[in-house]
Amino acid sequence: MNLITPYGDTMNDGKVQISFALPVNNDDKGTEAASQLAKKMGIKDPTVAHKKTLDNSFTFYVVYGSVDHSINYDDIQVQVIESDVMSMTQVSDYIRENIKRKVVMVGASTGTDAHTVGIDAIMNMKGFAGHYGLERYEMIEAHNLGSQVLNEDFIKKAKELKADVLLVSQTVTQKDVHIANLSELVELLEAENMRDKVILICGGARITHEIAKELGYDAGFGPGKYSEDVASFAVQEMVYRELK
Amino acid sequence: MQSKLNLNQKMIEQARKYAKNIAQDTQDFIDLHTTVAVERTICRLLGIDGVNEIDIPLPNIFVEHLMENQLLSTGAALLIGNAMLAYSLAPQEIAEQISTGKLNLSHIPIGDIAQITKIINEVAIKSVEKIRINRQERANLLEKYGDKTGPFIYVIVATGNIYEDVTQAVAAVRQGADIIAVIRTTGQSLLDFVPFGATTEGFGGTYATQENFRIMRQALDEVGADVGRYIRLCNYASGLCMPEIAALGALERLDVMLNDALYGILFRDINMKRTIVDQYFSRVINGFAGIIINTGEDNYLTTADAVEEAHTVLTSQFLNEQFALMANLPKSQMGLGHAFEISPDVKNGFLFELAQAQMAREIFPESPLKYMPPTKFMTGDIFMGSVQNALFNAVSVMTSQKIHLLGMLTEAIHTPFMSDRALAIENAKYIFTTMENLGDEINFKENGIIQSRANEILNKACTLLSEIEENKLFATLEQGIFACIKRSREMGKGLQGVVLKSEGYFNPFIDLMTKGGDTQ
Repeated sequence: MNLITPYGDTMNDGKVQISFALPVNNDDKGTEAASQLAKKMGIKDPTVAHKKTLDNSFTFYVVYGSVDHSINYDDIQVQVIESDVMSMTQVSDYIRENIKRKVVMVGASTGTDAHTVGIDAIMNMKGFAGHYGLERYEMIEAHNLGSQVLNEDFIKKAKELKADVLLVSQTVTQKDVHIANLSELVELLEAENMRDKVILICGGARITHEIAKELGYDAGFGPGKYSEDVASFAVQEMVYRELK
Repeated sequence: MQSKLNLNQKMIEQARKYAKNIAQDTQDFIDLHTTVAVERTICRLLGIDGVNEIDIPLPNIFVEHLMENQLLSTGAALLIGNAMLAYSLAPQEIAEQISTGKLNLSHIPIGDIAQITKIINEVAIKSVEKIRINRQERANLLEKYGDKTGPFIYVIVATGNIYEDVTQAVAAVRQGADIIAVIRTTGQSLLDFVPFGATTEGFGGTYATQENFRIMRQALDEVGADVGRYIRLCNYASGLCMPEIAALGALERLDVMLNDALYGILFRDINMKRTIVDQYFSRVINGFAGIIINTGEDNYLTTADAVEEAHTVLTSQFLNEQFALMANLPKSQMGLGHAFEISPDVKNGFLFELAQAQMAREIFPESPLKYMPPTKFMTGDIFMGSVQNALFNAVSVMTSQKIHLLGMLTEAIHTPFMSDRALAIENAKYIFTTMENLGDEINFKENGIIQSRANEILNKACTLLSEIEENKLFATLEQGIFACIKRSREMGKGLQGVVLKSEGYFNPFIDLMTKGGDTQ
């Protein structure tokens, strides 16, 4: 057993801060409501440190307290991507050695999503935060189709380009629109008998590897991941699955 | 205004000349063409509204009828006038009869042009009068309440339900917001029609519809009366329905509209010929209606590097200024865009931001600049995000930006909660108050980092403008100069909706709005 709980300034003090708005007036009754709500969340001795009127009948609260709960750290299992992360040149060397031809990667921000910031960060020549994008990889033929690409068009283009790897970026996640869109792509690929022939990867601010696996993707990349994470996984997975 | 940056005034003049030539060359193309969106806008302004039994807007039905009969190049105005003369019908009745298949415009011989012009102008004048009254109403309210000095606090609402948006907007106004933008649902820019009615289930926003405009306008007027301020309403006259939405905005007294063909070309893959023609008419309408346009060059920095590509923003501002002037839109309504997007890791990044913002201010002194907050380097660390937003607010107040979109500490996490907006407004109000006159107290060191940075950008922008003048605008866009994105003039969405005007084509609103109107 390795029980853990939040750390403030003393081991196991359980200290947390939470903030939320309630649809009530900013008065004593509202503060009591915030406090009681915090207790229901498992916060011992909540302190309503700050309250602020947002409108006549909305109030914002900042609450501090100690969490009543703990987690057995030893029981935790997570799905992680198990490939090694290689540098840009190492990826190219790996491809030369193991695949012996250029790898075609096709990416897009699909569905109605108009945001290209994610796919651009991974694919564009310039890359992001000092990490060059896939377009700069010598042994990768990268095609960034941009935003608002319908799943049907994405698949059509992937066929045309003989894609080995499909990269799907999703930024808008309101009302889980991304889940429906990502699932649709998997279904369409299966219907086209293409799912087994490509490495399918999704990414975005709210994407985790676990969600990606659940939806039928080979991997998912969230914030803080760069082109080399994606490329390393993709090429190693190609070799592992013998998609040469 | 005294220049703090010691900018090369001759170079600014030169850059403006290049931009003017580029805009004039493009305008020559514009004047020869019309589009489905322009013709639908004429329909709307002549009073055609509503949808058929399967929710297709009547302006679309009308314009599709023109397409089917190869009449688009003749233009809606002439054909409506002709049908009015022939059958004594109102424009709406003509559209309804086309919709039910009772009327085919190609079967009506064209009558006397002078009479057609006269009858159409009578309808058009009435419609323009409605917009003039809206403009007067805005002026009256601003007179009554007085207008704000310093940056406008500009926030967005994006719940996807217009009634929920109202709740959020009203709260934001009570907290201190001056401009409310209702974000559009994802993908509307690529719809070649304007949906009808109120939206209650949009993704990441609501549709720009006349009814949504009306609902929010009314709510802002009410809460504005309550707090004793005029609250400006912002939406998007962009995408494939640029001029149509501009017309709806003018009819419902919007105050600010995003409007930028270059943005649509680059970021929405809209065909350049289509959208540049659409943009012209939309700016004529915005100009006449007293609506401030917001241009979109700030977005270049979300894909390209904010340090290396800053001059493309200035270049685009020069172009947008000239395109707006071509449409008779005054400088006082040009919310030229730029942004605070330099990576927090860049040494002296704040100085560069300050230099760029001050430079925009000095080059476009009469324009209410639109200044956009950090987004690219917002990580989900809300505490750090608050600091980034605070620095952005500081630059804005020091350099007198006007349309100041507040950064949200939860950028990159979700569309703003009511409390996120409240924290942002608190942050901005604090900084605007505590630093109110800081800018007036500061001069920049001669040939220091800030002055050098501004002059370097001006220099690069001027060089780029001279190249664009040489190559023309369309070819430049094909080369990927802006935002590192290449677009072909024969590709992109909406190309099939562009035609050459036939002889005798006329759009009564261009003259009424640019010459007959009392613009300023």
